[in-house]
Amino acid sequence: MFRNQYDSDVTVWSPQGRLHQVEYAMEAVNLGSATVGLKSKTHAVLIALKRASSELSAYQKKIINIDDHIGITISGLTADARILSRYMRTECLNYKYSHDTHLPLNRLISQLGNKMQLCTQRYDRRPYGVGLLVAGYDDQGAHIYQTCPSANYYDCKAMSIGARSQSARTYLEKHLEELSSCSLEELIKHGLRALRDTLPPEVDLTIKNVSIGYVGKGQSFKILVDDETGPYLAMIQGEERRGGGAQEPPAGPLRDEAGDQDQGPRDPVPAVAMDTE
Amino acid sequence: MFDAAGNPPPFWHNGPTPGGLYNFPGPKTAPSDFRQHSQAPVTTATSIVAMQYNKGVIIAGDLLGSYGSLARYRNCPRIMKVNDNIILGAGGDYADFQYVKDIIEQKIIDEDCLDDGFKLKPKSLYCWLTRIMYNRRSKFDPFWNNFVVGGLQDGEPFLGTVDKLGTAYTDKIVCSGYGAYIAVPLLREALEKNPTPSKAEARALVEKCMEVLYYRDARSYPKYQIATIDEADGAVVEDLVSVNQNWSLAHMIY
Amino acid sequence: MSSIGTGYDLSASQFSPDGRVFQVEYAMKAVENSGTVIGLRGKDGVVLAAEKLVMSKLHEPGTNKRIFNVDRHVGMAFSGLIADARQIVDIARREAANYRSQYGVSIPLNYLNDRVSMYMHAYTLYSAVRPYGCSVILASCGEEGPTMYTIDPSGVSYGYHGCAIGKAKQSAKTEIEKLKLSGMTCRELVKEAAKIIYLVHDELKDKNFELELSWMCEESGGRHEKVPEHVFLEAEKAAKQAMEADSDSDTEDM
Repeated sequence: MFRNQYDSDVTVWSPQGRLHQVEYAMEAVNLGSATVGLKSKTHAVLIALKRASSELSAYQKKIINIDDHIGITISGLTADARILSRYMRTECLNYKYSHDTHLPLNRLISQLGNKMQLCTQRYDRRPYGVGLLVAGYDDQGAHIYQTCPSANYYDCKAMSIGARSQSARTYLEKHLEELSSCSLEELIKHGLRALRDTLPPEVDLTIKNVSIGYVGKGQSFKILVDDETGPYLAMIQGEERRGGGAQEPPAGPLRDEAGDQDQGPRDPVPAVAMDTE
Repeated sequence: MFDAAGNPPPFWHNGPTPGGLYNFPGPKTAPSDFRQHSQAPVTTATSIVAMQYNKGVIIAGDLLGSYGSLARYRNCPRIMKVNDNIILGAGGDYADFQYVKDIIEQKIIDEDCLDDGFKLKPKSLYCWLTRIMYNRRSKFDPFWNNFVVGGLQDGEPFLGTVDKLGTAYTDKIVCSGYGAYIAVPLLREALEKNPTPSKAEARALVEKCMEVLYYRDARSYPKYQIATIDEADGAVVEDLVSVNQNWSLAHMIY
Repeated sequence: MSSIGTGYDLSASQFSPDGRVFQVEYAMKAVENSGTVIGLRGKDGVVLAAEKLVMSKLHEPGTNKRIFNVDRHVGMAFSGLIADARQIVDIARREAANYRSQYGVSIPLNYLNDRVSMYMHAYTLYSAVRPYGCSVILASCGEEGPTMYTIDPSGVSYGYHGCAIGKAKQSAKTEIEKLKLSGMTCRELVKEAAKIIYLVHDELKDKNFELELSWMCEESGGRHEKVPEHVFLEAEKAAKQAMEADSDSDTEDM
């Protein structure tokens, strides 16, 4: 019934000192479509790949506004993400109400981390099955944070999570040095290229399946959808893709089935079991 | 039929008992948990005098804790350095001030512990105090204080005040208590002539106000504190400044 | 551990037939998978040092620090799950704040240690929760002089002159035992601490790491804080030189 004896509850330690339930929750993040976050000295950008559950449905929203200075993009269980985003919005509003200023990003994230940790230690809860990339701008500049179901979070220069996100991370690592001095436009282009690297060859980015969010110095968090993404997509159109030439636009919407599940159900095999960081 | 106390049963469920009074269901008209909240201060401190100068803010307040009209405590400091950005002065009930001061100090310690490079700014503290004061007055249980927040907000001088009703405003001149009547006109007149006084000029003005207040205000004291905050010298609280008293007129008064 | 897998090791509220609580022991395993953290108590203060393993190039340097401030005078370092540790830091801060609001002075470390270890112990008593997956070192330098404790996931705590937790705790302890701790100053200890962390770091298994150093001593005014940059760089340089000298002598031996 169980993969092993020690994975039935979040309250059970395995003899190796691991928490299998938490590790499985980490896998939920990889089921979501890929999303990329990156920043320069002045701006933070989120790029997300949207999916539609059927021909008739709209594309699922991936980027969520939190406050004037913060936005998130999600990968994993959307419903869990809504709980977390509601919490983050409330915290930002309360702080603004009581202190007349934006909540510093690191404080929001550490509060969120503490909230998420509770769910990894109690029998009557389960971890949040969602990973977030949080982009924000405060007095200390632009930030990209990554949060995990394990309640770990990381202050990142750039990051990508979700299905096939390793290719995006590879792209980002390669261009890490250039990012900090990029303009907003260049930053978005890098983000789109990184995201494009996660796609299977027969699929390409379109105005339907991409949304872009950015925030920066003197710029409130703004989400671009549909036609607004067009000019940016055009800028990277026709460039050579890693591992293949420029592709035809996809015939239909990219579905849930398209990416990950075509190899049949996979065993959850966490690469990094749980960071004991 | 009759209960242990010998009372007859009611006529109907929840109805009146013979010889008893009918208890209407629902909430009672007079609250049973009525409490009289703090509606008068006990040990009080008098005026605060504060003004902006060209590059910073100055706040002064004397050291007296009055018990009604009795000058009971003569060393009640009520001007504090909150952090490198903020100085705070308070008038009114001294115990309430001490209570709020402890909360603010813990707030600063919490922030220091985070060590994330963010430091509370005066506008934030001013807003926070406003919320606290308004919240308490809405419960009919106010902190009986006037708070004056001075500091540097992103390099610019900031001066704001909030009273026990939660009324809050920012201005270049803030005086509370008796100073609102005595010191404000003096400072306004001076500012009309010289809208951007230097630190030394501002200090001279405030010292003059404290002197006038000492002679006019029956709840005042000649020893006082002065705090200044600006980029050049940071936040400094001088604990013992004295009014140069001159009673040479005294022999002429009978 | 012959009883592993017999079903007596699935709940913190269950003893195995030979009288052990396996869930607690497994939680300690989580600590042993994490980077090494050491604490050294000298004659004038305490030094904490941590080996923070870097998981990805994409992370900002300095993310997920392993040494925290609990109060102005108290530091805490941990080894194990960082999310769990942050929860411990949070309650330690609350205990420290609570003590201050009640008694008006900062909390003595032995009280704080008692409270935090009781809290961690409570999580070993029920099947509805799991024990914390982290060990912590608490240290302060107050009126009672330098003091240091470590707390295990079991809630057991001991006071120490020198202690190590995490991956390489055995070899780190061996190194610490070579020092004459009670005669050493913090300046000297910072260098030793850096050396030990560099020495016990396993280059083959874990590629990159960041060194963290904090202290509390006279030089820091009794406060717990990161060691100043020039002290840090000096200590790191000395540690690297010692490592090189070490490897040189190794090759000569061969």
